[in-house]
Amino acid sequence: MLEVRDIVVAFGERVVLNRTSLSLADGEIVALLGPSGSGKSTLLRVIAGLLAPDEGDVLVDGTSVLRVPTHQRNIGMVFQDEQLFPHRTVGQNIEFGLRMHAWSKRDRNARVAELLDLVGLSGFAGRRTTDLSGGEAKRVALARSLAPRPRVLLLDEPLTGLDRELHDQLVVELAGLLRAASTTALLVTHDRDEANAIADRTAQLTSAAAG
Amino acid sequence: MDPGVDRHRRALSGGLSPAVIGALAAPAIVFVLGFYAWPVVSLAGETISSRAFRDAFSDPSIREVVRFTTWQAVLSTALTVVAGLMPAWVLARFEFRGRRMVTALVTVPFVLPTVVVGAAFLALLPDSFDTGVVAILAAHVFFNIAVVVRGVGAVWEQLPTDLGGAARTLGASPWRVLREVTLPLLFPAIAASASVVFLFTFTSFGVVRLLGGAARSTLEVEIWQRAVRFGDIGVAAVLSLAQLAVLGIAVLWFTRLQARHRQTVGLRPRDTRQRVRSRRERMLVVGTIVAVVAAVVAPLVAMVERSLRTAAGGGHSLGAWRAVFGDVPAATNRPPVASTVDALGSLTVSLRYALIAMLIAVVVGGCASLAIAALGRAGRMLDTGVMLPLGTSAVTIGFGLLIAFDTAPFDWRAAPLMIPLGHALVATPFVVRVVLPSLRAIDAQLRDAAATLGASPLRAWREVDLRMVVGPLLTGAGFALAISLGEFGATTFLTRQGRATLPIAIEQLLNRPGAALHAQGYVLATVLAALTFAAIGSVEMLRGRRARA
Repeated sequence: MLEVRDIVVAFGERVVLNRTSLSLADGEIVALLGPSGSGKSTLLRVIAGLLAPDEGDVLVDGTSVLRVPTHQRNIGMVFQDEQLFPHRTVGQNIEFGLRMHAWSKRDRNARVAELLDLVGLSGFAGRRTTDLSGGEAKRVALARSLAPRPRVLLLDEPLTGLDRELHDQLVVELAGLLRAASTTALLVTHDRDEANAIADRTAQLTSAAAG
Repeated sequence: MDPGVDRHRRALSGGLSPAVIGALAAPAIVFVLGFYAWPVVSLAGETISSRAFRDAFSDPSIREVVRFTTWQAVLSTALTVVAGLMPAWVLARFEFRGRRMVTALVTVPFVLPTVVVGAAFLALLPDSFDTGVVAILAAHVFFNIAVVVRGVGAVWEQLPTDLGGAARTLGASPWRVLREVTLPLLFPAIAASASVVFLFTFTSFGVVRLLGGAARSTLEVEIWQRAVRFGDIGVAAVLSLAQLAVLGIAVLWFTRLQARHRQTVGLRPRDTRQRVRSRRERMLVVGTIVAVVAAVVAPLVAMVERSLRTAAGGGHSLGAWRAVFGDVPAATNRPPVASTVDALGSLTVSLRYALIAMLIAVVVGGCASLAIAALGRAGRMLDTGVMLPLGTSAVTIGFGLLIAFDTAPFDWRAAPLMIPLGHALVATPFVVRVVLPSLRAIDAQLRDAAATLGASPLRAWREVDLRMVVGPLLTGAGFALAISLGEFGATTFLTRQGRATLPIAIEQLLNRPGAALHAQGYVLATVLAALTFAAIGSVEMLRGRRARA
């Protein structure tokens, strides 16, 4: 279970998050809605440990993880612009987290194949990430984040920037994938339909000044 | 034909007739053939006409020199890369007050003449310290760190910060992020910077002449020793050409390596710099800035301090400054020092040579740029020809000029004009590199517009093209001035008694025993540093003003 308590983040004078609280039950998929600039991405960064909040706390299963560095939190994240490693192949990208968690070579290979299968990209292991289409890159990013079985998966506008048809197709796929992986997930989006299609429940993040 | 291409072509030829283009190219062609190609051919001639090859390659002392040259260059390069990565990261990743100033400060050592760098490290190290390898390495790092900070920093600031973030959410510790993501992606930039530093340190001359003492000699110093001190022209020529060949191959190899790596990493336009947030970040950033500032400032302060130190030891005075600038009553409170170095005279000589070199470089480089822009494929050849001296060590250029002009009717090696000519050879590529881009950026339609307003072709060219290159020409002139003022390697072959330039006088004063002479050497080094800053500083100010306008 993930719990966020009274998070405050300010960049200089600009208060981005003002006492934001939120909680997710195990296996729950929550969509976080809000206009751009309302601090949705900032909240994900705080949860992942990429950004230290000025105040507040983040708890996983009742224990504070605020002092746990990102790489030991086991909280996965899908970035808005994928952030695939350009110097590694598709397979090596998915394998990266498994290597960090010291999986054996045989287990890694099996898991990579399993995930490629899951996202419908079997046979893509040797491809260069720079040769992927937009939709393929999104799928690889999702597979990479799911691979080491994170306790919580954060998704930062994962389907933004795709054309309408591909977007609608991936919304369905993503909903299915997250259910199949039965992972706890927090999805950030500005698209209400997308939120409704994927999430069990939606939460609204009002702009910082008001909230 | 594609109208776009046609317009582009007309834009480049600028409506100039073939005769005019020829006249513009002529000075550069004569210049490069006469003062670069012919000297290199002359050097080659020296190697054929003697048993030099066998002598050069069987001599164990030369093998030792080659070994030292190579390992000090490798070590200097490695140290420079290691020292440069931290400041590169801080300057590329963080936004803080004074960031621009720190960036500028890091670049300061790189524009300093090598002799000044040598003098500064001589001043910094205590007298008892055995100057030599450590001093040479430190000076090389100081001199070249800007290459790494700027070269690697330029790529680092385009590397998305979230790429490291993605690795961390996948379980990579900061150390593993560095090893598995950041460094592999920076590798092409690091390799490129490292190769430039390697070329500079492999051909290091001024720094080694000042800090190496009698025992330590690089290939460049050895060439000079053999040629000037021992008159062993044949062996010196073999070494020069061998070095030229090795450098040529190295440059080609580096260029290809870079071209191969360039396509593999897709970089984005600059990622935003962050403000410091955590205490650890603040410590790293502040620590790095303090270290960089101290490392750049300390040697220069030491140099100025030594110029003020009195011969007696303890106190400070303007004695050496008075001695140089001539208003001290000779030998009243100090035993007269037998000095064959005319300190003040060297300042006059340097300024005169620098002005002449600047004129030559601006005229030859300016005309060459116009011709290169106007010509198509042939222009590229001319461009390469003009660039050649840049890929050649200064010692080779000086040595070549000395050899080429030693027989009638071209026995001009003692002619005072030889030195500024050598300087202009080194400075011209810079003028071309600055002027050519702005010439190529001129839109032919501007000229057409001028024509429709009633300007004759020549008038249109004058009003449009010439206007656009005045700024770059002035920039090139500033660079040429600074290059000539600090040039040491080529000058050391061509200098004559009584006509020493500032760098020559500095080396002579500092390599002679006697605290009073040393203080004067530091005075001249300080003056030379100040003149260089003035030249480069006015260029930067000019650029800044044009950028804002």
